Amino acid sequence: MKIAARYAKCTVIFAAITVFSFAQAAGQASAIPTARLINPEDLVKLLQTSGKQKPLMIQVGSHVLFSQAHISGSEYIGPASSESGVQQLRKRVESLPRTKFIVLYCGCCPWGRCPNVKPADDTLRAMGFTNVKVLYIADNFGTNWVDKGYPVAKGE
Amino acid sequence: MASANRMAPDFTLPRLDGQDLRLSAYRGKLVLLDFWASWCAPCREETPHLIDLQNKYGDRGLQIIGVSMDDSPDPARVFYQQFHMNYPVVMGNAKTGELYGGVLGLPIAFLVRRDGRIYAKHIGATDPSVFDREIATLLQSP
Repeated sequence: MKIAARYAKCTVIFAAITVFSFAQAAGQASAIPTARLINPEDLVKLLQTSGKQKPLMIQVGSHVLFSQAHISGSEYIGPASSESGVQQLRKRVESLPRTKFIVLYCGCCPWGRCPNVKPADDTLRAMGFTNVKVLYIADNFGTNWVDKGYPVAKGE
Repeated sequence: MASANRMAPDFTLPRLDGQDLRLSAYRGKLVLLDFWASWCAPCREETPHLIDLQNKYGDRGLQIIGVSMDDSPDPARVFYQQFHMNYPVVMGNAKTGELYGGVLGLPIAFLVRRDGRIYAKHIGATDPSVFDREIATLLQSP
């Protein structure tokens, strides 16, 4: 009986560790090298400078968040932490030249906890894209973009 | 806009079990309204603490209500069962987020007094001791 109880306890602990490890592994945004990041203020300057090449901006987070507010001109793809999100991303960019300037962003969670931007960045790198930047959102999209008064659109 | 001491905007949203939940039906209870999503790592870590709080204070008048900001109910249902959540979860949407001033990051929690007024808004993962202290204090008031 005691062995059974101990086994059950170990199983629960193992399951908890697995869930926690999954969450940690997913949240690897902080593993993206600094050279591949772009700050919100720099992206805004770039968008406002005429004559500069404008990037394709892709939101790789939740649609509910996108519908409330997203960067004007950006496109919704879906959470890249899921296989379907990654597939959507591949489909959207597969016909583009590999030198296309692309900016990925999410902003669902504090930077180190975002489960979406790293898989999206990895996907584009693996496909051979050489001009990809990931928008560094320290806290969340509301605090670091909307509240700063940067250009926002709503809806689909 | 939902800020401290304003009335919490009312809503009616579908629960994961398909029944409607109306926020104002909980007037008289202290409500912790928690916006979360199944893929949000800080939300996953916070959920067991919320379950503990519901267990600890439920019979004294606390009602936690989860508002899932997942794009569809399926992952929220899986999460609900995995974590053995002991409080109702409704499916939120962009309109609900806007009612509450924009839910543009997760988790975000609102503590709503018994009279329906917002006491506090917590952005990001909140230390369980902070919730515990606020809930204990507010449950003492009529």
